[in-house]
Amino acid sequence: MQTNQLFLIFCSVLLLLGLAAFFVGRSKATRVRASGSSMYAQPDQYAWFAVVATAGPAILVSALGAFVMLVMGTEIPTFPLLLASLAVAGVGLGVGMMLIRANFHARQAIERVIVWSLAGAATISILTTLGILISIIGEALNFFQMHSFWEFITGTTWAPGNSFLIAAGRGEGASGGAEFGSVPLFAGTFMITAIALAVAVPVGLLSAIYMAEYAPSRVRSIAKPMLEILAGIPTVVYGFFAAITVAPFIVRVAETVGLDASFNNALAPGIVMGIMIIPFISSLSDDVINAVPDSMRQGSFALGMTKGETIRDVVIPAALPGIISASLLGMSRALGETMIVVMAAGMRPNLTANPLEEMTTVTVRIVAAMTGDLEFDSAETLSAFALGLVLFVVTLSLNLVSVIMIRRFRDKYRVNNL
Amino acid sequence: MSDSYDQISQQLKGRHRKSTRLKYISMGALALAGAFLLIFFADMLSKGLPAFKQAMINIEINYTEDAARNGREAVDRDFSTIISRSVVRVIPLEMRNDPSLLGTSVQRWVLASADVDQYLKGNPVRLDDDEKARIDRLVEEGKVEMQFNAGFFSRGDSKMPELAGIMSAVIGTVMTMIVTLAIAFPIGVMTAIYLEEFAPDNRLTQLIEININNLAAIPSILFGLLGLAIFINFFGVPRSTPLVGGMTLALMTLPVIIISTRTALRSVPESIRHAAFGVGCSRWQVVKDHVLPLAMPGIMTGSIIGLAQAMGETAPLIIVGMVAFIPDVTASFTEAATVMPAQVFTWSGEPSRAFVEKTAGGIVVLLAVLISLNASAVLLRKKFERRW
Repeated sequence: MQTNQLFLIFCSVLLLLGLAAFFVGRSKATRVRASGSSMYAQPDQYAWFAVVATAGPAILVSALGAFVMLVMGTEIPTFPLLLASLAVAGVGLGVGMMLIRANFHARQAIERVIVWSLAGAATISILTTLGILISIIGEALNFFQMHSFWEFITGTTWAPGNSFLIAAGRGEGASGGAEFGSVPLFAGTFMITAIALAVAVPVGLLSAIYMAEYAPSRVRSIAKPMLEILAGIPTVVYGFFAAITVAPFIVRVAETVGLDASFNNALAPGIVMGIMIIPFISSLSDDVINAVPDSMRQGSFALGMTKGETIRDVVIPAALPGIISASLLGMSRALGETMIVVMAAGMRPNLTANPLEEMTTVTVRIVAAMTGDLEFDSAETLSAFALGLVLFVVTLSLNLVSVIMIRRFRDKYRVNNL
Repeated sequence: MSDSYDQISQQLKGRHRKSTRLKYISMGALALAGAFLLIFFADMLSKGLPAFKQAMINIEINYTEDAARNGREAVDRDFSTIISRSVVRVIPLEMRNDPSLLGTSVQRWVLASADVDQYLKGNPVRLDDDEKARIDRLVEEGKVEMQFNAGFFSRGDSKMPELAGIMSAVIGTVMTMIVTLAIAFPIGVMTAIYLEEFAPDNRLTQLIEININNLAAIPSILFGLLGLAIFINFFGVPRSTPLVGGMTLALMTLPVIIISTRTALRSVPESIRHAAFGVGCSRWQVVKDHVLPLAMPGIMTGSIIGLAQAMGETAPLIIVGMVAFIPDVTASFTEAATVMPAQVFTWSGEPSRAFVEKTAGGIVVLLAVLISLNASAVLLRKKFERRW
């Protein structure tokens, strides 16, 4: 581990230089101040400035070197690079010492560095989004060079089966090529999402109505955290619950009414996913209903409406944009949910409208493609990125629509805390 | 006149009835959600709690010449089928390490096989009636007992259900969370401080804000694809390690920490900032010495909640390969590891009944940790929250 040791030595030398900069800088600043000239900043601030001047450029140089090495693929030997960084640190130390003068604004200089590093941290989130986009789009483009985009969007057969043989150059022996028609996957995804929403929207919305309009504050203070517990349960646990408890239960119920259900039916993951997104819908709907101004309720009561009519005809229509926004957020959760469907839904792509049959989803196929022992360049692995791209686009547009809806509601009633 | 009065009062009764009906329906919905929660916990506890008990058998181990070659020879033939294979397997090694054992014999509690364990817990198993009768007799003699399953907490994963434990997953989780927090906490808090206290109100700032809200709603599996394509394939971070898992989860936790930190910073009243500016602090000094300390409880609460979320996440970790089979407990950032939810996922794929119990047991532990984390976040907020 030559590199590791080098790196350790580099770090410790840099640390020592930084410490030296701090103490030498402070003593120099104290001396200057003791000599009677009034200074712009405190000695400690000059000391910190010296540290930043020493370590900052050196770290930048080494990071830049490492990055160039990764991106360009050019081999820069580690030892000279670190040596150069240390030289830069030495120069920085000298410059920092020179700048410790009575008329130098050390504090402002440090704070400028701090603000820049804060701004740098803020760009990480943008880099994350860019990273997701670049990685997904890049690999998806590779996939679409192998298989036509049109076939991917409209094909009704998903059979990646032989793609690994083709990738290994033994495709001739395999009967028929791999087919990547994503329609059955999206049909399965939307079926399970629809079941989830059919559970979550009524239960979530009605619970929100009860909590916002009827419940005494004691019930509210118990019910809210209770629903939040539902949101905090890991999805892998929900998946286990769906596969071990709910699915066999559904099969038994279906048997008693004379229906044939698969153990990997779409109903079980759908229902459990619905339970999972109840809190997302109820908590946002609750906030929105609470934000509807009381004057509207009072106006409605003054006209002689009962409480139920007020809620149905005044409060809910007023809160509708927020409720729709909550449901869209829940939908985007359900579309991208992975563990529940991986554990409880089937693996076999199946184009059917019967929720008791086995069907698979986009996220299941992504996981299946990624956990197999396949080459990274095989069509099946790359197809995961193509599916991920579609998932990204769909959830992104759902989120944006949801944000726009809630913003419209907020502007209409001038609520600030949504 | 009186006719229409009756009509109206009749109508009114109907309207009031409808109104009460809405109340009870909505109450029912909330009760339904509560019932889901109850059923869920009851189901998990009833399946998982037996995993904390393990059948043990008191047998005599004879360290003979034969046993040094074949561990099976050390125990009575009757017992060799009902104790765990792991017991006899280590006997030759034990004798090689300590030659003085030869010729001695000890009476010791050892692990029973998974079948015996399941039989004593009342689950259907593949034992014939002979064996069942023998086990029943041993139970009466007090030679077979259910004991607290300490091994479940102190051992790593195993293909033998009676030997499988959660220790390697717990260590993996701790290592991964250290990486996640070390990355997400500073960057998240710095981002929030920048956006809330320093950023000019321009296009770039708005873009960052929209972007953060959007990141919070992106499906977690896409973060896994990012981790695979960028961290593993591009930067060459070793696969399946706490390092790459932690980095991936850090990006996922980032928006949670940023959003809660911003809320905490915003709740510090403007008058504090004005007072600090008034005595001549610079903007950074105001933030560092006054705003940040006051916002700290809120920031900690948000970070704990973010941590709990990351701890329960599985999908992105599957993509970066953290579902490995890890029998040994190793604490390293750059060696293959697994985490609690991934361990649960791995076990749930095992067909045998004994592993279903292990899965549920792991889930009970996971839920206990997560709920206590969330509860401590709530308590922290209650204790330190200041109303201005």
